[in-house]
Amino acid sequence: MNRQIVKLFAFIVVLFAVLIGFTSYWSIFDAQALKDKEANKRPLLEQQQIKRGRILAADGTVIAKSVAKSVAKGHGTGLRYVRRYPEGALYGHPIGYSFVRQGDSEFEQFHNDELVGEESEFGSILDELRGRRQEGNDIVTNIDAAAQRVALADLEEQGFGAVVAIEPSTGAVKVMASNKPYDPNRVPVELEELNRNLIETPLLNRATQGLYPPGSTFKVVTAAAGLESGAITPETTIDAPGTIIDEGHELNNDFSEDFGPIALDTALTNSVNTWFGQLGQKVGNDKLFETMEKFGFNSTPPIDLPDDEVYNSGIYGEDGHTLNRNDPVDLARVAIGQERLLATPLQMTMVAAAVANGGKLMKPQIWNRVVDPDGRTVKRLDPSVYSEPISAQTAEELTAAMEGVVSEGTGTNAAISGVPVAGKTGTAETPGNEACGGGEEENQAWFIGFAPADEPQIAIVASVECSEQFGNDVAAPIFRDVAETILNGGS
Amino acid sequence: MIKRSAARNRELVALIPVALLLSAGFAAVFAQENARLGNLSLVYGAYFLAVCIATHIFLRLRLPNADPYLFPLVALLTAFGLVMVYRIDESLARDQANWFVLGLILFALTIQFLRDYDVLERYRYTIAAVGLLLLLAPRLPGIGQQVNGAYLGVKIGPLAFQPAEFSKICIVVFLASYLREHREVLIVGARRVLGVTLPPLKHLGPLLVVWGASMFMLVFIRDLGSSLMFFAAFLALLYVATGRFSFVVIGMGMFLVGAWFFASTVPHVHDRVEIWLNPYNDPTGNGYQILQSIFAQADGGLFGKGFGQALITIPGTHAALLPAAQTDTIYSLIVNELGLFGASAVVLIYLLIAARGFKVALLADDGFSKLLATGLTAVFAIQAFVIIGGVTRVIPLTGVTLPFISYGGSSIVANFVLLALLLLISDRARREAATPRGAFALEGS
Repeated sequence: MNRQIVKLFAFIVVLFAVLIGFTSYWSIFDAQALKDKEANKRPLLEQQQIKRGRILAADGTVIAKSVAKSVAKGHGTGLRYVRRYPEGALYGHPIGYSFVRQGDSEFEQFHNDELVGEESEFGSILDELRGRRQEGNDIVTNIDAAAQRVALADLEEQGFGAVVAIEPSTGAVKVMASNKPYDPNRVPVELEELNRNLIETPLLNRATQGLYPPGSTFKVVTAAAGLESGAITPETTIDAPGTIIDEGHELNNDFSEDFGPIALDTALTNSVNTWFGQLGQKVGNDKLFETMEKFGFNSTPPIDLPDDEVYNSGIYGEDGHTLNRNDPVDLARVAIGQERLLATPLQMTMVAAAVANGGKLMKPQIWNRVVDPDGRTVKRLDPSVYSEPISAQTAEELTAAMEGVVSEGTGTNAAISGVPVAGKTGTAETPGNEACGGGEEENQAWFIGFAPADEPQIAIVASVECSEQFGNDVAAPIFRDVAETILNGGS
Repeated sequence: MIKRSAARNRELVALIPVALLLSAGFAAVFAQENARLGNLSLVYGAYFLAVCIATHIFLRLRLPNADPYLFPLVALLTAFGLVMVYRIDESLARDQANWFVLGLILFALTIQFLRDYDVLERYRYTIAAVGLLLLLAPRLPGIGQQVNGAYLGVKIGPLAFQPAEFSKICIVVFLASYLREHREVLIVGARRVLGVTLPPLKHLGPLLVVWGASMFMLVFIRDLGSSLMFFAAFLALLYVATGRFSFVVIGMGMFLVGAWFFASTVPHVHDRVEIWLNPYNDPTGNGYQILQSIFAQADGGLFGKGFGQALITIPGTHAALLPAAQTDTIYSLIVNELGLFGASAVVLIYLLIAARGFKVALLADDGFSKLLATGLTAVFAIQAFVIIGGVTRVIPLTGVTLPFISYGGSSIVANFVLLALLLLISDRARREAATPRGAFALEGS
């Protein structure tokens, strides 16, 4: 019988090895996937016991903080923290929210590890031995409180839409406002209601998720591709009649105005469709896509927000994916920001910022520094280059043309006295848009630009939905207000 | 004489780290809860050590030759269990400590009055009947209790217990005795039919009865876990007694067919299997316990969150985040707080106990002792497997306790009786191994 006993023991050893195998699978190999499961509230419940760090505006305004809630002492720890947002709806976007039952979003989600003070496993063992409670770090953002307030107030006056402002030399995001806003403090009681609101979509950050036809603002990209590829120089003239025939369809200038042979500055100043349509055809698919992609189109913008809350800009095919350079597109219409082209306000801000920064596109970042509970700065934003879509010379040439837009062209409402402004308006027709009530006269009104033109400190994009007016009437004034606030010291 | 004290000395030395571990464990829990180190942890450690030393002295007097490692290993598990249960709820730990003492008293009584454990053979049918009756008791009106759809508990007046814990010992005793007598016939009478070795028809009956009893448990007690535990112990004994692996294969097949049949017809059993396969179908209802068990483990990682750090209830409420943390899912809590390392250590202790138990069986001289030691060890190891496997989703989760660690009086007391029997067998085996073989080697009589 002894032989069988030994075999039986061997079998038990195998069984127990299976137990250790499964335990390792759950606790190590599959652990991350399990922690991310919707049904798993444990990580959030645990984080609720940690004093989550605060989120601050650049001037120290408290955007988010955690307050202790006393809890009837039962099993486990009696302390619990709840998130409070003292400024209410002003920073609902892009800061988002963080609650146990409702989960988290936007900046709160992206910077979760820093906010809860997550450390390496050994680090937390050391803390445990020292009897130290885990405590979160504060994050100071780049957000300019005054400018954010101006941006949201202007938007609420003009209509649904978004404003983004980025410091060109660093990528620091100074403003990100989205109308319709929501108050994150209300999320625990009315998340479902907010989610159900499909007309106003308050939970949608229109700056990063609003996909709008960029209209004439895209001519900046087309011009960049033209100059960069050598297809044109600033002096090259192209004949711009009132109408051209493109792919069997008419493409008109406003009022079918015939401009004759003109160069870039005149074409951009007057936003001449037939001129840019022909330029697009001249540049060709490859070069246009190459420039677009360097500006960030067709990929997730490198901002510190969760990937699934930042949409790609590009030419959207029927399957909901962006097309690439080998797909057939109507180039002339792409060149003037129509066709199936859709861009987020963030994407267009990246275009303006790259031009402003001498052709270098910096990674847009909302955070500025992480400060530990003892007040030490443990990490600071190190500005980094995302791409170099255009040369410094091209940037300079584009800036000159864009200055014309504001000083004498379609964007005069963006002008600031004593400060040269470079910009571009856009008025994309969005007839029959359900969200606008299905009217036929509705436009997406845009302004993209930067100031001062000679020494850019801020690149700003304003985009307003469902407007019956032009970019210059609706969006350019927002640009001006926000730019003035930031240039006048802001914070 | 030198050898006998050597075994007990080793036992004594092995007990010291156990007491230290207990003190350290309590210290860790206190530190977590009060943020200060009281000397109460040392007091508890000292009490524990005192009880263990009393037991040790008793063993020194009564069973000087018994295996020196079994008791310290079990004490280690008990200490560990006490700390875990204390960490969950202080009042539960007080109960648990009382049961530990009660368990040791029964342990001592067993050793005192069953020195000649061969007597068990004489009453094997009575013992089998008692075992079956115990199994059935939870279905008896008036005293039976249903917990989560399974009938596992009995309540007579103020006394509540889980009869299956005691029943397993009775059944093993019966099987060991029965198989000791019939193993020859089962081997010799075996026929090869269609290339498969089958037991002789005449002796198939009793085996079918055991299979029937397991199926019966599945249907009437509705507990897949105990059913599996009993049947696996039976197959292990059958295999060791006859050396016929084919019997095991046939038995396993029969069990699976039966289990499959009942899983598709008995709703409670069906639910258990369904939850096991698709827990995400109902994450807040039926699937809650197993999912939370696994989420708790995912939270543990390699080294765990530390004693007293895991969340057991949803903060601010009494709603369970890890349901039945003190019983069914205590292993998940261990993974959460002590990580894969700590949990592997626990599994390793069970394995070491199994190794010592089988060693006892190897050393034992007569068939009954061999089979009894094998059966007791197997049923113990399989019980640990069934519950750990349940909470790690190796098999469907059922309500079996983790021996010596889970909160529960029946489990502790019954397993101490089991340990007493193992030590009794061990003492005799090692005594005989130490003295020259006499004329009274009566195996197979």
